[in-house]
Formats: sequence, structure tokens, C-alpha cells
Amino acid sequence: MSTGRIKKVAGPLVIAGGMRDANMFDVVRVSDQRLIGEIIEMHGDEASIQVYEETSGLGPGEPVVSTDAPLSVELGPGLIGAIYDGIQRPLNGIMELTNSNNLSRGIDIASLDRKAVWEFVPTVAVGDEVENGDIIGTVQETPSVVQKIMVPYGICGTVKEIKAGSFTVEETVCVVATKDGDKELSMMQKWPVRRGRPYKEKLPPAQPLVTGQRVVDAFFPIAKGGVAAVPGPFGSGKTVIQHQLAKWAEADIVVYIGCGERGNEMTDVLSEFPELKDPKTGESLMMRTVLIANTSDMPVAAREASIYTGITIAEYFRDMGYSVALMADSTSRWAEALREMSGRLEEMPGEEGYPAYLGSRLAQFYERAGHVISLGKEGREGQLSAIGAVSPPGGDISEPVSQATLRIVKVFWGLDAELAHQRHFPAINWLTSYSLYIDSMGKWFDEHVSPEWMTIRQHLMSLLQEEASLNEIVKMVGMDALSPTDRLKMEAARSIREDFLHQNSFDEVDTYTSLQKQMNMMKLVYAFYEQSAEALTKGAAISDLIAMESRERIGRYKYTLEANIQAEYDKISGELAAEIANLIGKEER
Amino acid sequence: MPKEYRTIQEVAGPLMMVKSVENVKYDELGEIELSNGEVRRCKVLEIEDDNALVQLFESSTGINLSNSKVRFLGRSMELGVSEDMLGRVFDGLGRTIDNGPEILPDERRDINGLPMNPAARAYPSEFIQTGVSAIDGLNTLVRGQKLPIFSASGLPHAQLAAQIARQAKVRGTDEQFAVVFAAMGITFEEANFFIESFRETGAIDRTVLFINLANDPAVERISTPKMALTAAEYLAFEKGMHVLVILTDITNYADALREVSAARKEVPGRRGYPGYMYTDLATMYERAGRQRGKDGSITMIPILSMPEDDITHPIPDLTGYITEGQIILSRELYRKGLTPPINVLPSLSRLKDKGIGKGKTREDHAATMNQLFAAYARGKDAKELMVILGEAALSETDLIYAKFADAFEEKYISQGYEADRSIEETLEIGWDLLRILPRSELKRINDAMLDKYYEKK
Repeated sequence: MSTGRIKKVAGPLVIAGGMRDANMFDVVRVSDQRLIGEIIEMHGDEASIQVYEETSGLGPGEPVVSTDAPLSVELGPGLIGAIYDGIQRPLNGIMELTNSNNLSRGIDIASLDRKAVWEFVPTVAVGDEVENGDIIGTVQETPSVVQKIMVPYGICGTVKEIKAGSFTVEETVCVVATKDGDKELSMMQKWPVRRGRPYKEKLPPAQPLVTGQRVVDAFFPIAKGGVAAVPGPFGSGKTVIQHQLAKWAEADIVVYIGCGERGNEMTDVLSEFPELKDPKTGESLMMRTVLIANTSDMPVAAREASIYTGITIAEYFRDMGYSVALMADSTSRWAEALREMSGRLEEMPGEEGYPAYLGSRLAQFYERAGHVISLGKEGREGQLSAIGAVSPPGGDISEPVSQATLRIVKVFWGLDAELAHQRHFPAINWLTSYSLYIDSMGKWFDEHVSPEWMTIRQHLMSLLQEEASLNEIVKMVGMDALSPTDRLKMEAARSIREDFLHQNSFDEVDTYTSLQKQMNMMKLVYAFYEQSAEALTKGAAISDLIAMESRERIGRYKYTLEANIQAEYDKISGELAAEIANLIGKEER
Repeated sequence: MPKEYRTIQEVAGPLMMVKSVENVKYDELGEIELSNGEVRRCKVLEIEDDNALVQLFESSTGINLSNSKVRFLGRSMELGVSEDMLGRVFDGLGRTIDNGPEILPDERRDINGLPMNPAARAYPSEFIQTGVSAIDGLNTLVRGQKLPIFSASGLPHAQLAAQIARQAKVRGTDEQFAVVFAAMGITFEEANFFIESFRETGAIDRTVLFINLANDPAVERISTPKMALTAAEYLAFEKGMHVLVILTDITNYADALREVSAARKEVPGRRGYPGYMYTDLATMYERAGRQRGKDGSITMIPILSMPEDDITHPIPDLTGYITEGQIILSRELYRKGLTPPINVLPSLSRLKDKGIGKGKTREDHAATMNQLFAAYARGKDAKELMVILGEAALSETDLIYAKFADAFEEKYISQGYEADRSIEETLEIGWDLLRILPRSELKRINDAMLDKYYEKK
């Protein structure tokens, strides 16, 4: 335990002398108020400390005490449904403790509730050999989540004692005899946030993360264990997309990090998620969600820590063999926190004042996502998918954070201010966005949904591409100058945009679309084009084709309840065929 | 009596270095006494060993290195708050300037406030009727929201803000909003316009004014909005009032921030603004909101003028990332004579969805809003095409849309600064306009509502 004295205070940066014995990245307590900080640089016996709380009122001479441990999170029952700040302090707990709606400083509070009692069901017996990562028991934490208690990293041996029944997170539930003596295990373990949790093997992603969002699933899918970025100017709907994914993504656990964003957005999640039902389990969505909230008015240094806190919790659930989805909104604010600390440290700036290590830090973060086989004899497969929002200044993605992110991620959902102004949501631009998973995931869609999936998807994409080029012509010479075939293409593309891609996240039915329904929708909009094109060659008039009544029915198909999708689909396609047949006949008559 | 130092080492711009200080804390408030007895205020920006880097809140004129004295007060900048502040005028540092009696404070509060616990926030969802169709109908304001007006030099943002302050009400209650008004670096005329407008309607009695005019020291602007928000927090969360905070002009505030940052020789971010400007603006804007278990609320309307009408300029850009939407004024519409010239397409209220609909406004609100947006966007496109190719090149449908766009601007957006439209009037105007379009075009409204509203006549 080394104790030093403050020499300098400049915003969230404190420099303390007499810290020769402290380690890099140790957590320290600053001044008598015991503010939490972390050592980020050492020069001789001077340590530069980023302080996770407001530093006003600190002055030279005040004590700094090292805890000799790096910044860690507590992992165990009690995580689900919680809302934490950037260094895993429970915000509800703080509210009770201080009896205030505001956040004061120096609050010391345990991350996991020490008094809560959990029902521990052992899965090993005395005499069993266990190694790190093996499951020794389970806790039914919420109706939809079973937390598996794992042997912590570095412990290998024979179970000497195992208990069953109700325990708090600190009580011993198992004793393992190892070659270094007996180890007592409780349901809680700690892990330093800046180190990725170890796993046995990393595998390539094999399955799409189904989100129920049409433009995502059909056009730019993300894999389970994949990484995606959503850059976009303000007002283009980044947060709504993140919320939609947190709500409907087919994941067992969702970790949502509000990093330097609006307080009301977290309130929205807190008030809305408990009301919503997970389509898979039928339980409340909050029963699978962990929230990390470090809003923009909270101390900036803790913002830097928040994404590590979040991803460590996500890795912990991944190690249990779950599919975990992590949303970070927004990584730009995290990068700005890095920039602010870097500036205070008087480091040589890189582009736009960001530190030169911005790219490598981002890469380290995203690389912690993946599809892995976790430690332990069982060989559980778990996936951690990461989706980061990026907020480029002015929506211009040539800036450093966007560019550094694009070098890493495999899926890019580019949000477009123009689309947002037209109230086309989600405002994901279909021409600039991409998914590098499309080839590997395509097979899955063809096998599991319909063999036509990839073919029709490609047809629709091509139509949109052609629309973009035709639009150039229309701008110069007008719609009337187009040939009937081209006009039909324009109409079909409009139908793809309005009837398929446009999805109202505030509509009860439209907010989530099953893969089968997505397939039917794609088939309907494409059927209109395919059959009309044929009708044109047989002499039907373009104006009649455009004015068909069944087109309105296609547009309203998105509001069809999941239970009726097949019947309604059959009905509409029948009407469409009949109408077209009638139009061809009309010419001949 | 705090210790006095005559050890000012250097003064440069708004910064001052004081040597050999003892027991001085970061962010502590200080006073500088000039040889003629005048006292000015400053605060500690950085403290290293016994050297304190100090930022002045007032001008540095007359400071003398050898005989000016510095005292540190052992506390950070505070504002004495009380309900008696209503109806009073203060300067940017919270001193009364209306020749009235001194305020006897109920308590003194640190002007930086404390961040609100996200778990303690209550989601804003009560519809505020401003009487302006372009806001109520399309970019609805709710209690506890922060909704800035993005304006530019020469546009009538002051008229619009005054109109909102005058007309804003929550339906079904007769509670009136208390107004906290902070002027940062605006001209006397503009400040006077607001004061007169409050006076005319009698709103002045429930208004607290903090005035820092263009000729007041720029650095004082940095504390002005914080003063105003401290007063607002007290009125809202201690006294249970619903407070409307108007901050104008944020651009001047940000420029003052840049001035201090440049004097400190910090690494600049975009356009010379400091890298921490996002955080700084956020700690200000995020003080708006509602809290669980408290009656009051803070609704915030910051006004900023976009330099060169450029929305990607760092000030509007960072603001847009923090606030819950934005109301954008357009020079083009202003030239056309529309009042208020609100450009509804890029304008946005993020919190509208929870504040509208059945039980709040009317069941058809959300659907008609989406339809109006979509139709107006299409009409504008059609009109653009018409400019290039002439009317003949447009399809019949596009012609109808072009007609719709004109009517929409004229009837819906333009209403004058005196008209106070109820939400029903706004919705009815919306339906009147939608009837210009054939029913089959209204894809974003469901059949039941079309039957009920579109067909009635």
C-alpha cells in the first residue's frame, strides 16, 4: 500500500508524488474524500492519475492511497437488470444510499448487492476434478437467465466441499483442493476491465444475429460474434437503432452502454424495457439486460472506463455459453474522453487532437467481440457481438474516429441525414452500407428461411442501385422521358424503400418482423416488379400498372400480425396476379 | 479572513498565475483587489505545488503585478438562491442590477451543480402546447425537454422564443411556467426585446433574468448559463415549479470558452474550440429534465446562431448531439415571408413520441405528422424538379404534391407571432392540407383514421 501526496490538479487529471511503489493502472483513492482514480502514467515517483469523479476542491498536499489492484468489475448473480455507472457502481444503490437525485462524490458502494440471497444449485460433486471455466453450479437469476457459476481463472483441482442452498455472493459455496492448497470459491469473481477474459479458441462467426429489423437482417446482416458500426449525424436515429437492436436482437444477454450520451435515453430504456416482452422467452426484456450509464454530464474519465466495464461483463456471460449483444452508444464520446485525458497529459496529438493510439485502443476494444469456445472441459460456445454507434462531427465520416472504426468492423450501417429528414427510418443508406458477413450468412438464410432469400435480396439491391442511376437522369430530363421499363424500375424501387425498408419502430406490429415475414415482404415487392415487367412486354400500360389497387395492399402488409402472415401473403399475391392478368387482357380486348 | 497574496506572476488574456499560494484548491473561487479597492472575481483552473493558474471572470484592465491582492475564498462559485429571485434582474455573475434590494438567499448553491443520477430521471412525456403549429404538430415539445433553436444572424429567433415563452402551457392545468432567461453576449436591443415582451404579458413577475450583454466581459459569459441553471434547479426541484429556461446565444458562450482555452494554449479541437466543449455543453444542457418524486421540471430552449448558416459548425453540431432535437430556422423561408420561418424537415423533437397521441393530444397526431413530413418532402422534391424542367415535366401526382407543399408552407408553417393555435386547430389544418392529396397516397395513416378524419367534411 503506497501513499503519496497530490502535487497538481488540472480537471480530471491529478499528479501525485511519492508513488514509486504503485503499479501502472492501479486504482487509487484521492484525498480524504476518497475519490476513485486510476494511474495512467508514471514518471519517477510521480503518478498521473485520471480521477473518475469531479475533482473540484482538491489541492496539493492531500493524500493519495493506492489500492494495489487494477480497475476491476464484480461478476456474479445480481448483474441482470442492474444499471451501473462507468465504474460499476449501482445507480439505484447510490440513490438509496445518498437519498438524493443527484450524484455526489466519493460514494463507496459494492457493485453486487451483498445482502441479496441466491439459490445455488451445485452441478459438481465432491471428488470431481475441475479446471478454470468449469461450471460448479447454477443460479436462476431471472426467469429468463440462468447464471452459471464458473471456476475462476487460474484454479484447477479437486472439489473438496460443495454446498447447496441460499447464499449471498460472498459466502463460500465450494472448496477446491489445488496444488497450492485449498481455494474457497464464492458465487462472485472479480476481473480487471482492461484485460480481455481468456477463452480456449476463437472461431469464425457462423450464424446471423437476427434482429427483426428488415434493412439489417435482409440487406446488411450482422453475425453472432460479429462487430458493426453505426455512424451518423445527429438526428439520424443512431440511438433508436441501438435501442431497437437491444430490444429485438436474438441474444440471451444484452449489455447496453450509454457512454457520454443523454440521460433521458437511459431513462427511456429503464422505463420501457421492463414493459416489453422478449419474443423468444416471453419474459420482460429487462430480465436479460445490463445497463451501463455514464451520461454526458457525468465525469469524463469514467466515460473512458465505461466501455471496458461493459465489455468485461459481456465477456463473463459469453463464457457461460450465451450469445451476448453489446451496444455502445457512442464510441465517439469515449474517444473524446481519451482525447481530453491525452490533452491534459500534454501528449503529442495525432489527427484532430486525438491521441495517436486512438486506432489501436478502438481495435483492442472491438477485438474482444467474437465467437469463442470458452475455458473448461465442456467446450461451451459463446458469442459476443458488439455494435458501436459513432457520432462523427457534422456527419462527415472522414474524421479519425469513424475511419479508425471502419478499419476494424465488418458491418457498416451508414446513417443518412437526408433519409432522416424524409422520415425514412431506419435511415440506413442502402447504397453506402455494407456487411462483409453477407456471403457466409447467406447460406444460413437460404437453408433456414427460404432458398430464394439471397436471390431476391440481390434483385432488390440491384433495383435500388439502378434507381440511383436513373434518378440522375430524372433530375436532368424528368420522369416522362424514361421508358416504361425504367419507370417501372423506379416504381419498384420506391416500393422497396417505402413498403419494405421503411420500418416504424414505434408501431406495435412493425417494430419487429420475423424472418419469414421479411421473406414474404421481399417476395411481394419483387413479384410486383417481375410480373409487371412481363405485363409490359405483353402490352399493359405503365400508368395502369402503377395504379393497381393491390399495390396499396402490399404497402400495408407490414402491419399484418405475425399469426396471419401466410394467409395475407397468399391473398395479396393472388390479387396482384389477377389484377395484372386483367390489365394484359384489357389491351387485347 | 483568508490569506492575501501579492504574488501575481503573470497576466495574459483572461488568465493569471499566482505564486507561493498555500492550501488553494482546484476550482476554488478567488477575489482580486485592485489598488483602488475594486474587487473582481476569478477561479482556479489548475494548481501545481504552490502555483495557481487562475481564470478571471472580468476584465484584466488595471491589474497590477505588484500591488493587486488575491484572496482565495475556500469555496467554489456559488449563487444565493431564493424564491424572491422571480421578477428580478441579475448580471452574469449573479449580482442584482435592477436597483432593487439584495436577495436574502435561502441557501447558497455551487453553480456547477451535481450530475443528475440517470436512474432518478423521470422520462418527459407531458405535452406542452406552444401554439405554434410547426412545433406542436410536427416537433412537439414536452415538459423537461431541451430543444434548441438553430438560427443564424438576421433571423427572427428572438420573436419565436418570446412567442413560446408567452404561449407555452400544459393543457388541463393552469400552472404557468416560471421563466429563467440568460442572455450571453447579446445586444441591449435584443435583451430589451425579451424584457419588454415579458413585461407586456405580465410574465416578468415570474421571470428571473441573467443579463450579460455584448459589451460585458466575455469570460463572464462562462458562468452566466450556470448561474441561470442553478436558479432554475432551485425553483424546479426545491419549489416544485415548472421552469422554462431560455439561453441565448450559445454561440457567444462557446466563443468565450474558446478564448479561455486558447489563452491556456490547449490543443484545439475543430475550428479552435477546445476538445472538451462537448462535455462542457453537455453538463449545461443535461441539467434540464424531470426527476422522480419531484413535481417541478426544467424545460430548456437554448438559442444559437449558426456561423455562416452552417449546421456542421462545431457549436450546432455538438449541441445537436446532446439536445433532444432541434428547431431549425431557414433563411429561404424567411425571405419568402413565412413567420416563423421554421424549416420542419431537418427539425426534430426526439421526445415527441411519448408526448403525443391518445390521451395526450389526439389519436391521429403521430400518423398525420409522419404523413405531413413525407408529403412535404416529396412536394419539395417535385418543386425542385419543376424549377429545372418546368411544370410540364411533372407527373400528375407530383403536381398535386407541389401544390401541397406550397399550401403547407403558407397555411401550416406561417402563422405569425401572435397566433396561438390549439393542438386541435393545428391537427385540423393538417387534415385540410392532406385532403389535397388522394386517399391512396396516404400510406402512413391507417384506414380507421382515414375513415374518421379524411372523409369527414
